[in-house]
Amino acid sequence: MTTTTATPAAAPALDSQARITAEITEAHAATPPGASQPRIDFPPYRSSTLRHPTKDLRHADPEGIELVAPVFGHSDIDPVEADLTIQHGGEPIGERMLLTGRVLDGDGRPVRHQLVEIWQANAGGRYIHKRDQHPAPIDPHFTGVGRCLTDGDGNYRFTTIKPGPYPWRNHLNAWRPAHIHFSLFGTEFTQRLITQMYFPGDPLFALDPIYQSITDQAARDRLVATYDHDLTTHEWATGYRWDIVLTGTHATPLERDDHE
Amino acid sequence: MSETLAPTPGQTIGPFFHDALPYGGDSFLVPAGSAGAVRLHGTVRDGNGAPVPDALVEIRQADPAGRAPLVEGSLRRDGRFTGWGRSATDASGRFAFTTVEPGRPADGHGAGGAAFFSVVVFARGLLDRLFTRAYLPGESDPFLAGLPADEARTLQAVREADGGLRFDIHLQGERETVFLRYPRHDG
Repeated sequence: MTTTTATPAAAPALDSQARITAEITEAHAATPPGASQPRIDFPPYRSSTLRHPTKDLRHADPEGIELVAPVFGHSDIDPVEADLTIQHGGEPIGERMLLTGRVLDGDGRPVRHQLVEIWQANAGGRYIHKRDQHPAPIDPHFTGVGRCLTDGDGNYRFTTIKPGPYPWRNHLNAWRPAHIHFSLFGTEFTQRLITQMYFPGDPLFALDPIYQSITDQAARDRLVATYDHDLTTHEWATGYRWDIVLTGTHATPLERDDHE
Repeated sequence: MSETLAPTPGQTIGPFFHDALPYGGDSFLVPAGSAGAVRLHGTVRDGNGAPVPDALVEIRQADPAGRAPLVEGSLRRDGRFTGWGRSATDASGRFAFTTVEPGRPADGHGAGGAAFFSVVVFARGLLDRLFTRAYLPGESDPFLAGLPADEARTLQAVREADGGLRFDIHLQGERETVFLRYPRHDG
């Protein structure tokens, strides 16, 4: 190592954080309040420019196959896949954390026995991925990948390591807030969701165009986990809780399971 | 109707999902070479027509008799047809599934009548998932019939000379695919 102060070589072509922040402010001002989903046309996230549809989504009534989710069960998952700290031959570096919450549908019903998949960077902010070139150490004891099934009350639970923030090339000096990617299924295929969970109080929130693509503050808050001291375990791990709400189902009340 | 909970917002799948979501046999809904096996494939493209190498496509489909499978084992299916598959795009933006063609919905499995694959698309740069449908060639239903012809065309798989089905996905541009929203998903 000969230097610790060099700036990335690609810097000249990149916009400044100040410009991105101004664009975020502008996009928020131009968006009606109360939107619960991200704006998929969000210019401050440069990669979205050519990858968002320009036409309105077409309203469709879901049919047959769209009304049933794929089925996962204990044959699909080994219970150890929910513990990301024991997968690779040794203890990973970082802040061990317990992460739990419930998966619910829009009517408040638990999503039972359904697959939850997560992936994340290690404590140094690096993924085990051949295209992640962030010069932070790869942790040989951490793959950053986990799966579990929700239980009969819709609860999921993982043991993992708190991920670090990391730089990316959206703009000059761009840093993603620490986050964990979540992939979820409901009881209908129309409820399929991939999202990201963030940590409370992250100083990078205001600067991040992916998080800020959700223009409504209350909606953004729904992506932030809560620190839970009762979940935190003596001399072992901190605890975070994060509940996930999928969209409503199209089942009619008569078809619903009202007997729990 | 009881009070509804506000849904959790979606976010992009990002560039680094490949060690998490793809899994062995994920795009093989049936074993290659099995009776009735067909290849459903295509390219995901952006607004410049460039292939998208970091997208993920999933399908959900009926069996050849038009029944919606509710069969456990979608990650380790061991020969079971679960009606679900997952394919990450390759460096050329291509996805491919080996599957069987869905039949028209059987009684009790949907009133629409047409045979289609339900498709969901994720990608780096795409801030929330997109739903669409890949109809089998020649199929139609009231939804498809209600679209202008050029839009309907984006939802129809094309039969290839070798019997395969091609379904290209255009996130943006002149041939932009029709993407769907469902009631109760607004907000």
